[in-house]
Order: sequence, then structure tokens, then C-alpha cells
Amino acid sequence: MIVVENLHKSFGDAHVLKGITTTFDKGKTNLIIGQSGSGKTVFIKCLLGLLTPEEGTIAYEGKIYSELTGDEKRDLRQEMGMVFQGSALFDSMTVEGNVMFPLDMFTRQSKSEMQDRVDFVLKRVNLVDANHKYPAEISGGMQKRVAIARAIVMNPKFLFCDEPNSGLDPKTAILIDNLIQEITQEYGITTVINTHDMNSVMEIGEKIIFLKDGVKEWEGTNKEIFKTDNAAVTNFVYSSELFKKVRQMYIEERN
Amino acid sequence: MNYIASIGSYAIMVREVFKKPTKWPVMKSLILKEIDELIYGSMGIIIFISFFIGGVVAIQTALNLTNPLIPKNLIGFATRQSVILEFAPTFTSIIMAGKVGSYITSSIGTMRVTEQIDALEIMGVNSLNYLVFPKIIAMLLYPFVVAIAMYIGIFGGWTAAIFGGHTSSAEFVEGLQLDFISFHVTYSLIKSLVFAMVIATVPSYHGYYMEGGALEVGKASTTSFVWTSVVIIILNGILTQLLLG
Repeated sequence: MIVVENLHKSFGDAHVLKGITTTFDKGKTNLIIGQSGSGKTVFIKCLLGLLTPEEGTIAYEGKIYSELTGDEKRDLRQEMGMVFQGSALFDSMTVEGNVMFPLDMFTRQSKSEMQDRVDFVLKRVNLVDANHKYPAEISGGMQKRVAIARAIVMNPKFLFCDEPNSGLDPKTAILIDNLIQEITQEYGITTVINTHDMNSVMEIGEKIIFLKDGVKEWEGTNKEIFKTDNAAVTNFVYSSELFKKVRQMYIEERN
Repeated sequence: MNYIASIGSYAIMVREVFKKPTKWPVMKSLILKEIDELIYGSMGIIIFISFFIGGVVAIQTALNLTNPLIPKNLIGFATRQSVILEFAPTFTSIIMAGKVGSYITSSIGTMRVTEQIDALEIMGVNSLNYLVFPKIIAMLLYPFVVAIAMYIGIFGGWTAAIFGGHTSSAEFVEGLQLDFISFHVTYSLIKSLVFAMVIATVPSYHGYYMEGGALEVGKASTTSFVWTSVVIIILNGILTQLLLG
């Protein structure tokens, strides 16, 4: 579980995060949604420790990040996995090399133990026969799978995903969403996903936090988002005609 | 003020490079890869340029020797002095700032743009140590490159002088041996070691701290080449005064 309290972050005069307080539950897919410029990326970077907030605390299973020593922070980071928007795979390494990298860096496992673990996670993300290919030689969807495999290879307690299905076709995007949700539930990971993909919101939004201008405007589940009367949320989520119709049908069905 | 801030963040970067070292087996393979890329991969261009620079120095010296009272062995002497004191360490370093420096800036810059550096940091890896330290260690071999550039430069001078019909081999070799001060070679190798550190770290700084996209990677490579060259030229003046002045 991650507990965030009164988080503030500014860049010069721009006050990007304005006192966000929330919790991200263990074993659930927690989604952060909001328009571009609402502070989603800054928020996730604060959660990852890449940016230091001016005010407020972030506690990872009771450990307050700002109170940890440098070594403790590094140890905590080894319990985190991250799937970047652009996958951020190492170009100079093969698929296998990318997934093996964290094991190689931080464990004392033998080569065969590492190989077994890599084969296991690659199989888990349904990626076979790609071990010796380079990132440039595989599709965007496959790159995302490799990024997920790399993120989970160390059995992380926390998984962060920044726009995990951007640039993917709808079918692959749903597969990636489902994969993340399955892994989250299977390993009891606290997963935080930054997205503005409404399909993801409806499919895997076990907890949704809606940011507007750096403020937490609303939070709830994918079931509750249908019922909400919050104008900012409905304007954002149901901005497309398709979702407007889906919501209308849902409301009519309820009545 | 910006320059002072940049010098400050460069100093902080260099300090961070030596903190929290990467596991030795991983680092060893990174160092060997960088030696292959930065040193071995540069040998061809260095040999090619050194040969012709030495040749041109010899020809130009020969063509300016119009006074019959000046002995022909001056061609060998001038070639040796020019190549050992300046062309091998300084000129080669400027070439390396272009070839190796832009490679370092663009490779690290691309890693920054594609969030690969963020990925390293999130995993708990000291990205500066992982990316820059192997380059620094690899560049410790740079004085050997300069030593080879000296040899090839003088050989190029000899070839041009002999086959261009400007002097005899005996006179050229006599000039090479004339008033030889071995400290000049030491001075040149000391300079090249300092330049090696500049070539490894200044482009790394420009790549690591760059912001933006693909266009900015190109701009950072150009800026890095300019600043690496400027720093080399300034340090060349300072070291020459300190070591030979």
C-alpha cells in the first residue's frame, strides 16, 4: 500500500501538485487519470522518487520516503518496477538482456538461475521466441510486454505504469491492461497506472483518482465513475460520443 | 551566471560518477565494451589523420627551407617537435572530441530522451557510475593512442620527405635525433591523459543533462563538441605553461 498525504510540487511559479492526499491499495490496479497538464506525470515521478515534493509525505508500506537514508531509498527502489510510456528498453541489449539486467545488477544468482527466472517471466507475459531479438526488431506491443517482464522480474511490491498502452492498437491495449491486472492480483502488487485511456479506466480501474489542475478532484472505482455527478469527471470521461451513449444506456438500465 | 552553474553541476556530476559503484562483473564488461568503442574504434581515423598531418608538416617545412645555410635535417627536427608537442596530443584530442565526444553525447542523450536513464535510476542503479565511469576508465588508454599517433605522424613525415624528394632518409633521421628531450614525450602524454578525462566527461555531461527530443540530441552533440574543444585548448595553454614554461 502507498499512502500519500498533502503532496505539493512546484516548478518555479507553477504550482503543479496542490496538496494531494490518497492511498493506493495493495493487489489492486490504481489508475490516475486527468487531462494533459493536470499533474499526472509529475505525481507519478514523485511516487517514483524521481522528483522531490516540497511538502507532504509518501509512505510505502509504512516507510516514509523522505525519512529514508540514501541506501534505504535505493533498497526501496529495488522493490519498485516501472513500465514507461515508451517502454525505455535498453537498445544495446536483447530482450533477454533487458529482462536479466536487474537480476544481473542486484542479485547473486547463478547464470542458470537468472536464465530460468527470465524464461519464466517472459512466458508469463506471453512472449516466446523473442529472447535474442533487440528492441528495435520487435513490435510496440511486444516491447511493452518486455517492459512489464523487466518490471516484474525482481518480484516488486510496487508497479508503476506510465501510459502503458499508448500507441497500441485497441486489441493489444486490452491485452496489456489485462496482463497488468492479472499480474497485480497474482503477486499482490500495489500497481499505479497513469493513463487517459478510457478503455483502461472501464476495464481495470479498481481504484481511480481524477486529477484536475494538480488537485484530486474525485476518486472511486470504475463502477462508481458511471454514477458520479462530478461535472469535471463526466466532462473528461464522457467527452467522446461513444462513452456518452454507454453512460446513458447504463443510467437508463438503472432506472 | 549560467556558465558558473554549469561548471558547478559538472563538478557534482563527476563526484557522483565515483559514488555507489556498479557490480564489478557488470562494470568489467562495460569497460571492455567502451575500450572497443572509444579506443579501438578510433584507431583507424587517428592513424589516417596522423600519417597525413606528419606528412604535411614535413612537406611544408621542406618547402620553406629556401636558405641554403639551414640544414635539411631541420625537416625531421620540425616534424618531430610539431608532432610530439602539439599535433599528436592536441590535434588528435580535437578529432576525438568530434568522433568520440559526439558519440558519447548522442548515446547518453538518446538514453535520456527515451527514459532509459530514468529506468536505471528507478531500478536503484547509479546511472552516472554505470554510464560515465566505464568511459573514464576506457579513456585512460588514450595516451597509448597518442603514442601511436606520434609514431605514425613521424612516419608520415618521413614518407613524405623521402618520397617527395625533399631530403634523404639519413638527414631526416638525424633531425629526428637532434636535441631530443625525452620530457617532451612525457609532457605530451600527461596532456593527453588530462584531455582524455575532458573527452570522457564533458560530452557525458552534455548528454546526461540534456532536455527535449531528438532535435536537442543533435544540438547537444554540437554544443558538446564546441565546449570539449574549448576546454582542451584552454587546458593545453595552462599545461604547457605549467610543464614547459
